[in-house]
Amino acid sequence: MMLKYLLEKEFKQMLRNRFMSKLLIALPLMTIVVFPYVTNQEVNDVKLSIVDLDHSPASSRLTQKAASTDYFRLTDVSPTYPDALKRIEAGDVDLVLEIPPDFEHDLQNEGTASVRIAANSVNGTQGSLGAQYLASLVNDYSREWREENGAASLAMPEVPTFDTHVRYRFNPMLDYKVFMVPGLIVVLLTLLGGALTALNIVGEKEAGTIEQINVSPIPKHLFILSKLIPNWIIGLIALTFGMTFGWAVHGIVPEGSLGLIFFFSMIYIWAVTGAGMVISNYSDTMQQAMFVLFFFLIMLLLTSGLFTPVDSMPLWMQRLTILNPIRYQAEVMRLIYLKGSSFGELLPYFFWLCGFAVVFNTWAVMSYRKSL
Amino acid sequence: MKQFLSFMRKEFRQIFRDRRTLVILLAMPLVLVLLLGYAIKTELNGAQVAVFDPSKDDETRRIIERFQASEYFTVVDELTEPKQINEVFRTGEVSLVLVFSEHFAEDLLRGGTSVQLIADGTDPNQAALLTAYAQGVLASYQAEWLEEGKASGHIRTETRMLYNPQSESAYNFVPGVMGLILMLICAMMTSVSIVREKETGTMEILLVSPLTPLRIILSKIAPYFTLSVANVVTILLLAVFVMGVPIRGSLWWLSVLSVLFILVALSLGLLISTLVSSQMAALLVSGIGLMMPTLIFSDLIFPIENIPVVLRWISDLIPARWYISAMRKIMIQGVGFTCFAKELAIIAGMAAVLMTAAWKNFKVRLS
Amino acid sequence: MNEKVIETKDLTKRFGNFTAVDRITFDVARGEIFGFLGANGAGKTTAMRMLCGLSCPTSGTGYVAGFDISTQPEAVKRSIGYMSQKFSLYEDLKVWENLRLFGGIYGMDDREIARKSDEMLAELGFEAERDTFVRALPLGWKQKLAFSVSIFHEPKVVFLDEPTGGVDPITRRQFWELIYRASDRGITVFVTTHYMDEAEYCDRVSIMVDGQIRALDSPARLRAQFRAETMDDVFQQLARQSTRRSD
Repeated sequence: MMLKYLLEKEFKQMLRNRFMSKLLIALPLMTIVVFPYVTNQEVNDVKLSIVDLDHSPASSRLTQKAASTDYFRLTDVSPTYPDALKRIEAGDVDLVLEIPPDFEHDLQNEGTASVRIAANSVNGTQGSLGAQYLASLVNDYSREWREENGAASLAMPEVPTFDTHVRYRFNPMLDYKVFMVPGLIVVLLTLLGGALTALNIVGEKEAGTIEQINVSPIPKHLFILSKLIPNWIIGLIALTFGMTFGWAVHGIVPEGSLGLIFFFSMIYIWAVTGAGMVISNYSDTMQQAMFVLFFFLIMLLLTSGLFTPVDSMPLWMQRLTILNPIRYQAEVMRLIYLKGSSFGELLPYFFWLCGFAVVFNTWAVMSYRKSL
Repeated sequence: MKQFLSFMRKEFRQIFRDRRTLVILLAMPLVLVLLLGYAIKTELNGAQVAVFDPSKDDETRRIIERFQASEYFTVVDELTEPKQINEVFRTGEVSLVLVFSEHFAEDLLRGGTSVQLIADGTDPNQAALLTAYAQGVLASYQAEWLEEGKASGHIRTETRMLYNPQSESAYNFVPGVMGLILMLICAMMTSVSIVREKETGTMEILLVSPLTPLRIILSKIAPYFTLSVANVVTILLLAVFVMGVPIRGSLWWLSVLSVLFILVALSLGLLISTLVSSQMAALLVSGIGLMMPTLIFSDLIFPIENIPVVLRWISDLIPARWYISAMRKIMIQGVGFTCFAKELAIIAGMAAVLMTAAWKNFKVRLS
Repeated sequence: MNEKVIETKDLTKRFGNFTAVDRITFDVARGEIFGFLGANGAGKTTAMRMLCGLSCPTSGTGYVAGFDISTQPEAVKRSIGYMSQKFSLYEDLKVWENLRLFGGIYGMDDREIARKSDEMLAELGFEAERDTFVRALPLGWKQKLAFSVSIFHEPKVVFLDEPTGGVDPITRRQFWELIYRASDRGITVFVTTHYMDEAEYCDRVSIMVDGQIRALDSPARLRAQFRAETMDDVFQQLARQSTRRSD
């Protein structure tokens, strides 16, 4: 009965908070509509410089082959390797292919030749991926060369050849948006559904209204519940906006069940709200609560696998992410969106998320002190 | 002047008295840089591979051994039926399946065989990396054949990784994380703290004092500037001595750049504080409003080259993007002044514009 | 009229080595207006917080409306009203919404709330402000409203912590009219204040110095006892005994 009046109050306050309602539209727009165009780690359009010291038909064919792929953009042909290096330093070039003098000669007469690849690997992944692609391009070239000139060379043993077919499951075109949209929805849920709204307890502390609540006979769990339920609603609205934008703008729809997404999101919001309330219970001022909240938020978001894979982290860090609720929700979202996983397959995630929810909310109720 | 100094002393005392907040402000960046410097990585790290090998001959075994020997792959599962491929992907056990055709070795020399690489495309970047490395392994197997048989027409590739031969992610991400953290901490603490004073009414007291607006601003900003410089120094020490990231370029320019960047962040914080009226709004704008764009547009994780042109203009407006770019050049590449002059000029320009804007706005508030 | 609504014996609160409230013993009868005076830092607010069930006593006993404040704080809370020195209605709710919220919290139902709201707004002359946001009200009105909210559910005792800070004497006078009316209805009023003229309005007054009650009687008798012209003189004489630094 008391809950009815408390909820009425929370909803009225929520609806009157212009900032909040603006945020509820603006944040999904920014996160789901704009960010997916940016959150793209694809490596293409690599700026390539070729240092051709051979100037032979064979070397210019290799140059042409490299220039004709979408993957590389031939930005210049440098006269010497040091020149090309300078271009890398200036940031105009990512990758250098050096074809030595006598390239054609060696290839024809010795049967083997070599080329040099230099990659700017400040970004290690990008560097090695570029170098790897360039190496397989050279490999293809040598195969073509063999096929054309194979008959001519003498005493050539049979060369094993096999084709390599590459296929990608779940995301055949390797569309980055398909990967990022479900992840960004989790960011949205975390910011709107939990963290932000939970700050309003500290807000009541600073405004002094919490005193008035504390001297009243409201049981603790009821007060916490009155904060949780609006969060659920805000979170689910954010989720709906996020999914709608994802579908309308990027054409991304979940492979799996909508009901399952909402179900898991409810548990997730429950957990995050609890965590937010624990922080606000231990903070005296909004300022403190914010700094602490922010610290956890940025740390948990960046180690959740949303932006960089958990598998790439050092082992100790991977173990720590077991305690990161965002990680579970991120995986759940991606599993349902991309692989259409069923509840049975997601059972471990269900238990983990419920565990977080129960622990955080119990902790929140226990640490909320009506008396000092 | 004397008045000003005593006033400044008061500001310092006020901030340094709140131990709890001070500890948060000094320790938070350190913990973040340390954890994130280790955690944000995109390199492959023992990806789990399953093999479907109906042929089971010497050649397929040689290929599988090569995969096993590679630091990037761990062969964890041998599948017996094609339909298991789907299963292992759905449970997320493996991220790559290597499928050989039947009679692989026999067909190999006839040129009629194939290897299929099926990767989990969920994370496109990882999938592309995986297949590229897997193709590299297959190519090296082929090269071995060619060398043994002394076949002609083989081109060896000799690859050099410049600046970061080990492909250490830290080299790429530490300067990035520094930019992100500095931006957020400086802007956030300034804006939230100043708005807090507005909320509690202590700002009023300052405004009626005979100090000029410029001096009020200076005295407000000075403690945060000191804190930020302390943050830069500790982060750099941590990066160099704990995480092993080099500083190959000039320490002098690195300091100049960082100080300018701090000024940008502080002015941004001050500007935000003049625009909003509650701490909550200040946090939202400086924390969330700056965090997401900085994280996404700054070249920290997502390469700027991939951004559509229109959005690239936005990214040009993100101060951290230029700071991160220049820091990478100075720290990792160790290149000379001319290579990062552009970034330095842009940050200096931004600092000038933002400081003027913040000051103007602040003055308007006063009158 | 001899029913005791508040009874304490040797009530004590310590924070570490610091004894904020030092063995205070007093009782307050039903319908009485009890003034609780003391300089800043004398321990008034701490004592009041214990009586409201917000803070647990270190030792001693206290009963409010028949409930033990140490063991039944939630039962105490059901039978009291509270208005803090920090103004604490929801500024982003309208006048009637605040009434409704606090009525609901104390277990009143919709019909009861509606009836009581009309009655109360009429009594305050606030009918026109029913739909006004609390933040838009002048301070004096807010305080009157906050007081009305604190006795909305007809508690046995209402605790007022410096309720009239920052308003002009006329508004304060009006505020006290409300207090008298509540007391006439049988609500016990326990009030702390800094204004000595307000002390004169109380039935009985206690003065706290350094955590202890140094004087307790009706204003007239206290003046006689201390041979003082006004309550202010009485207060000054006692406050000078303080060895505790006020902040």
